[in-house]
Amino acid sequence: MREIRCQDITATIAKLAQKAAVELPEDVSIALDRAIAAEDFPLAQETLKTIKHNNEIARTTCKPICQDTGMANVYITIGQEVAITGGSLKDAINKGVAQGYQDGYLRKSVVDDPLFDRKNTQDNTPALIYIDLVEGDEFKIVFAPKGFGSENMSKIKMLKPSEGVAGVRQFVEEVVTTASSNPCPPIVVGVGIGGSFDKVAYLAKQAMLRKIGSHHPDGRYAALEDELLEIVNATGIGPAGLGGKTTALGLNIETMPTHIAGLPVAVAICCHVSRHMEASL
Amino acid sequence: MIHLQTPLTSDKLTNLKSGDQVLLSGTIYTGRDAAHARLVKLIDNNEELPFDIKDATIFYVGPTPTKPGEVFGSGGPTTSYRMDSFAPKLISLGLKTMIGKGDRSQEVKDAIVKYQGVYFGAIGGTGALIGNCVLSSTVIAFEDLGPEAIRRLEVKDMPLVVINDTYGNDQYQSGKKQYLEFKEKNKC
Repeated sequence: MREIRCQDITATIAKLAQKAAVELPEDVSIALDRAIAAEDFPLAQETLKTIKHNNEIARTTCKPICQDTGMANVYITIGQEVAITGGSLKDAINKGVAQGYQDGYLRKSVVDDPLFDRKNTQDNTPALIYIDLVEGDEFKIVFAPKGFGSENMSKIKMLKPSEGVAGVRQFVEEVVTTASSNPCPPIVVGVGIGGSFDKVAYLAKQAMLRKIGSHHPDGRYAALEDELLEIVNATGIGPAGLGGKTTALGLNIETMPTHIAGLPVAVAICCHVSRHMEASL
Repeated sequence: MIHLQTPLTSDKLTNLKSGDQVLLSGTIYTGRDAAHARLVKLIDNNEELPFDIKDATIFYVGPTPTKPGEVFGSGGPTTSYRMDSFAPKLISLGLKTMIGKGDRSQEVKDAIVKYQGVYFGAIGGTGALIGNCVLSSTVIAFEDLGPEAIRRLEVKDMPLVVINDTYGNDQYQSGKKQYLEFKEKNKC
């Protein structure tokens, strides 16, 4: 068994939380640069340049890119030959989140009770924790803070199998068009297809976090990714919703088997501040 | 680029058209969901508001905590539709301008035209840049709300776009159309 200490997990999460708030992943920055080069509508191009300028200020002065430093989504991939020592894994993660948000002067945006009390927990915990148990002895953390301007615009629909590709196409367009200027476009879109009511939302999030420009291994879905991105960018919503070519920086699809009676589809929307950082221990 | 100085009275606002880019300087107030609920409760109870609402500007924002040695944290706009149920009442009492992001309800748009106000859009997700436009920040009410407390800000050259103007135009609607027409015209 390979041993991993809770205190190392806490320290790593705290570091990832602070880094993710001020620095975008390389693929997102590259996608933004490409959009600036391709955007020909004047107000849209100017808006994209302002976004790039903001990201540079954030990176060089360690000021959060966006004030909504999000709810902490923590994806853990853990090999079955790993033993966690010195405490509970969930506590170690939440401690790391609390420390990172405190030390990094990040906004604490979590309320304890969702309906009645809505009292801020003051340390941005609890994190949303996902654990994937795999073979071997790896231990990987993906830290993805997610703001709720875009989260509020994400949707799920249980399609009839007969609705097929046309149904998926129509739903994606409907979600993006309804979201309009709200989720801070240019957005990053993750589409989940298959599984069940809850699994499909998870798939959509995984798609959203996958590298921009990467493709689904099945050529038919890869072609659908390109087609849907084109549909989204033909809406004209544009950067900040002010009009333009760049409504989305990228669109990925993730799939899994489903029931004979169902075609679940989820559309996860992220703003252009598509933050995620990872580390392995 | 148009330079504007608060207070943003109607005579200044009637010169603006949706799509205009503006640099705003002067005094503005922050407020989002929880603060709006409390403001409206104060009004309903005939109690005094923590700031003079006449010709005021409210910025929908919940900033990050201020680091030592800095004036303000990261502070870009939050999504405005969550304040739509409160805004018409505040507008009817003198609130002239709002800063946020995203579409407003028809009731808010109607109130903006009726009372000759303006809704400005800031670029969502540019909190570092907008935070740097803040020269000073003072919590003036609801300190217990943390990031949602009402702050009086002095800002300089805050970059904004006119979304809903005094004439009923809406940049979120017309921007799409303008782009699609532009695309059609530049087709090769």
